[in-house]
Amino acid sequence: MREFGYQRVFDVPDALAFGADPEARYLGGGTNLVDLMKTGVDRPALLVDVRELPLDRIEATDSGGLRIGATVTNSDLAAHPEVRRRYPALAQAVLAGASGQLRNMATVGGNLLQRTRCGYFTDSSQPCNKRIPGSGCPAIKGEHRNHAILGASEHCVAVHPSDMSVALAAFDAVVHYETADGPGELPLAEFYLPVGDTPHLETALPSGALITGITLPPAPVAADSRYRKVRERASYAFAIGSVAAALDVRDGAVREVRLAFGAVASRPWRAREAERVLTGGPATPHAFADAADTELAAAEVLPHNRYKVALVRNLVVAMLTELAEEAAR
Amino acid sequence: MAHSTAGVITLTVNGEKHTLPVDHRTTLLDALRERLDLTGTKKGCDLGQCGACTVLLDGRRAVSCLQLAVAAEGREITTIEGVSDGERLHPVQQAFLDLDGYQCGYCTPGQICSAIAVIEEHAAGWPSAATADVRPEAGPPPLTADEIRERMSGNLCRCGAYVSIVQAVAQAADAEGAA
Amino acid sequence: MTTMTGTTATAAAVGTGHTRVEGRAKVTGAARYAGEIPFAELAHGWLVLSTIARGRIRSVESGPVMSMPGILAVLHHGNAPRVTTDYTGLLGRPDPTVAVFQHDRVPCAGWPVALVVAETSEQAREAAAALVVRYDDEPHDVAFSAGRPGTYTPESSPRLQAETRKGDVEAELAASAVVVDAEYTTPEEHHTSLEPHAAMAHWDGGRLEVVDSNQGSRWVAEDLAQLFSLDPASVRVRSEHVGGAFGSKGVRPHQVCAVMAATVLHRPVRVVLTRRQMFSLVGYRSPTAQRVRLGADADGRLRAVDHQAQNLTSTVHEFVERSAAYGRVMYDADAHHTVDRVVALDVPTPTWMRAPGEAPGSFALESALDELAEKCGMDPIALRERNEPDRGPVSGLPFSSRNLLACFREGARRFGWADRDPRPGLRREGRWLLGTGTAAATFPSGVAPSTAAVTAEADGTFTVRITAADVGTGARTALTLIAADALHVAPEHIRMRIADSDFGQAMVAGGSMGTRSWAWAITTAAGELRERLALGGGIPPEGITVRSDTTEAVGALAMRERHSFGAQFAEVAVDVSSGEVRVRRMLGIFAAGRIVNPLTARSQFIGGMTWGLSMALHEEAVRDQASGALVGADLAGYHFAANADVPLIEADWVDDTDNDDPIGIKGIGEIGIVGAAAAIANAVWHATGVRHRHLPIRPDRVLLAVGGTGGAG
Repeated sequence: MREFGYQRVFDVPDALAFGADPEARYLGGGTNLVDLMKTGVDRPALLVDVRELPLDRIEATDSGGLRIGATVTNSDLAAHPEVRRRYPALAQAVLAGASGQLRNMATVGGNLLQRTRCGYFTDSSQPCNKRIPGSGCPAIKGEHRNHAILGASEHCVAVHPSDMSVALAAFDAVVHYETADGPGELPLAEFYLPVGDTPHLETALPSGALITGITLPPAPVAADSRYRKVRERASYAFAIGSVAAALDVRDGAVREVRLAFGAVASRPWRAREAERVLTGGPATPHAFADAADTELAAAEVLPHNRYKVALVRNLVVAMLTELAEEAAR
Repeated sequence: MAHSTAGVITLTVNGEKHTLPVDHRTTLLDALRERLDLTGTKKGCDLGQCGACTVLLDGRRAVSCLQLAVAAEGREITTIEGVSDGERLHPVQQAFLDLDGYQCGYCTPGQICSAIAVIEEHAAGWPSAATADVRPEAGPPPLTADEIRERMSGNLCRCGAYVSIVQAVAQAADAEGAA
Repeated sequence: MTTMTGTTATAAAVGTGHTRVEGRAKVTGAARYAGEIPFAELAHGWLVLSTIARGRIRSVESGPVMSMPGILAVLHHGNAPRVTTDYTGLLGRPDPTVAVFQHDRVPCAGWPVALVVAETSEQAREAAAALVVRYDDEPHDVAFSAGRPGTYTPESSPRLQAETRKGDVEAELAASAVVVDAEYTTPEEHHTSLEPHAAMAHWDGGRLEVVDSNQGSRWVAEDLAQLFSLDPASVRVRSEHVGGAFGSKGVRPHQVCAVMAATVLHRPVRVVLTRRQMFSLVGYRSPTAQRVRLGADADGRLRAVDHQAQNLTSTVHEFVERSAAYGRVMYDADAHHTVDRVVALDVPTPTWMRAPGEAPGSFALESALDELAEKCGMDPIALRERNEPDRGPVSGLPFSSRNLLACFREGARRFGWADRDPRPGLRREGRWLLGTGTAAATFPSGVAPSTAAVTAEADGTFTVRITAADVGTGARTALTLIAADALHVAPEHIRMRIADSDFGQAMVAGGSMGTRSWAWAITTAAGELRERLALGGGIPPEGITVRSDTTEAVGALAMRERHSFGAQFAEVAVDVSSGEVRVRRMLGIFAAGRIVNPLTARSQFIGGMTWGLSMALHEEAVRDQASGALVGADLAGYHFAANADVPLIEADWVDDTDNDDPIGIKGIGEIGIVGAAAAIANAVWHATGVRHRHLPIRPDRVLLAVGGTGGAG
């Protein structure tokens, strides 16, 4: 870890002034910055500590959604009664991530900016196109059991590790940010960039931008939502496949459905094809399976990650079936 | 722009203020162990992957290996050395001792700090990944063995003492509930 | 002069539960481990490891690093003090891995190439990251597979046989009504003690003092003396508290580095391994590929047992994971063949890891037994009863005691085995398929010569000094109870001092032999001391000390098959749609000699079983073929069981007396893991109808095996 400056800031303009330095990083909980600094993956010259910015509130919006400040901790997000009531899958997703200690430290803004846990990315002695553009992707011919099946490229097959973002993707979250030139916003669907040949460029945030919060639009369907995560131990592990699902069924037909997948792509994967196929159709396990197959038809598997296709498909069918059965009760 | 890479900070640890110069790279964990001689907080992985370095920050559990010391200034830090009431062990400590909730003892301070926070988080009504229904209408989940297991999962124990750790946390929670 | 006051204990301390002697220190954080003892002028060493898997170091460019703030030294093969590995230590020839910085060859990824020493650890870490090392890279070979070229049968010694044969295996297999022929694999597994290896070395008036975290301070002291050609009396190693070891905490590069740096800099130097460095510097369990062939009559009587195991070692040192040795104790047959083969690759040297040999060996053989039971239509316990030998199947020696069947009977009763429907794939609870499984377990009960000193103090208390190690086993407490009973006083009157090489020669904490070996020495010294005290005459201020050495007594022990035994039971739930496997409960019943401290013994058994669960479902280090290095060498990449993975596990024991043994203690540190993974794999078969012969039983393997009946890949 190189030597670095440290600046604690108390308002957004100050944060932006310090954050304009291209070698600066905003420090939230530090749970995915300090570790990368220790391993030499990231080497900032200045840390701008944003934890004390007045961005730590969760408020209802006039339209019936929620506005979540960027420095809200994962713990406070998951414990908030309105999050649990209106978007239970979001609370579940956050609770499925990391550990109690890390959730107390980690912030919503930082969670969105988590880096991949690909073992080649985190080992600075290995080539990695995300870390050193042009150095190659050893995962493709090497260890890729937990790598992407959707939206990857020949340059990078890493997956995004966030659970929270998967639920946010399902609920059409919008990311708000500030820059020296004024505020901006990005729908989550546009927040993460496609991998293409630039895997080192991960988000559409302008340089120096500070995430200030997220808004969740009202989504009555989200009240009947859940998140399931499969991993290689029962807790305190990253997903090998996860699904956020919400379902509104009336008279056996799907009125509205939301589906997003985790640990299958470089970003949370909103399953819009599956949603399109299902909407208006019968709420049956067969239909759910067909919809999952439609979405996963685009999957490109490597020798050791093809199981993810079956895993995600099975999760979709199981979760939607359960939601449909509960709705019928 | 050249930045100062070190500074003098004041840390509040177990109610006591300590003023010390630090390299900004110094984590709270290293400051406690190397500078303040509070070695009860353990370094297991130094990457937030084991929980051995768990302390309480403003009453909430956190891993001190990913907490920079300079960023901990102004916060109330409680370490294992500060959880007992003088000679009287904290109920969680006593339960770990009585029920053999450890073997080598290296993960133990982190387990105990974590368990103290788990009992408070549960009392505050926080759900966990083991909670079947997280909606507030479902009410607070009972602190079952499965709830304890999930909530304590951020503290790895390589000796394999989880079975008695769960029993110790349950016993301490009962004792505090009764108190 | 004072006279002995009445401190005679009324009840025996051994056999009743006692909390740990150092328990209060551990729960308050007061217990200090190796990296936690403050020293004035302490400097911090940080290792730099090779990033190539084979080749030569062309240059270590230390110049730029030496000008960084706080940097005191960069040690490498061009400037490091010389050491020798031309000796045989307490546990044999040293692994040349400990002879750091002696030449320019790199035999594996993660080989030590330099040590940066600085005033602070932050400075050392950055300088280590900045240090440029240039290499001449050579092609490497790290590909381990069954029967690959280069595999050989290592030389046997009288105590360690690579291969044993009895009868004609092929003929008996041909004559068998039922045959199982299956291949099993276990992956590379790591000890991952929670406390990283740490050592502080300094010279104090001509003596080398080392504060370390190890399994045997005398062992480490003697090896350091040999390595640095020092008078053994001038080296002192202490290791008061040890944060887990499991076989990994012997003589390792960090101690050697600390001594080198302290010698060069004339000040105390501490070297602590990072978590990532531990994955290449402290040994690991080799992956294994095992073929088991069993032939039996229709009634389950074994005609042939053939267990062929293969593991890997490094190119610099031969370590053999003796998986096939397991069957030499467990099951007899008309024809019997066991062999452990090895192949040397460009990898770090593996080493002992909790139940070396028995852990992977029992997975293969106890899984195969379950497959044979299925084929014979027999209950798995009945099959084991049918093949219970009355003498060592290979040695022909009598057992000192063998209470395996008592373990199965008690275990079956408590687990509810009698109600089990043997057919697989029938029980469902929501999305979970349920199943139960069982397996046997055994581990050798060895003993090694040790010395101890017991002092009757003038104040009526007793001090015991022995170079024992408490690596979390509860040895300090167990030995306190042993000494109390031997001296006929209450445990409160015993001061147990351990883990200091100045206390003399003693067995290491390893091979499940520590407590038995140390207890023997303490009991002997205490007995003589009591005789001395019985003569009367009072105690001088310096006390009365009696020393013991068990070399002769241990050597006189009759040749027997001496082992612990156990029966493992597990119930699992498997969601074949997600691949998740959850263990719902485990029960282990053990016949492991006299249990000294039931409280800590239970913890140790359960700890071993937890390791078995972790081995069955989680643990696996993955080596990248292109770089030769591990991928994800940290605790997020290398999973061992977290709290949520571990259900209520119960462990208990049956009477197991050995009248031939003056101590009656058998080791309990390792047997808990033996057979546990097989019991879980057998339960997964019972739940799903699919055999998993490759560990760990990961979600992807379960998912891809759906519908398969032959076995999962």
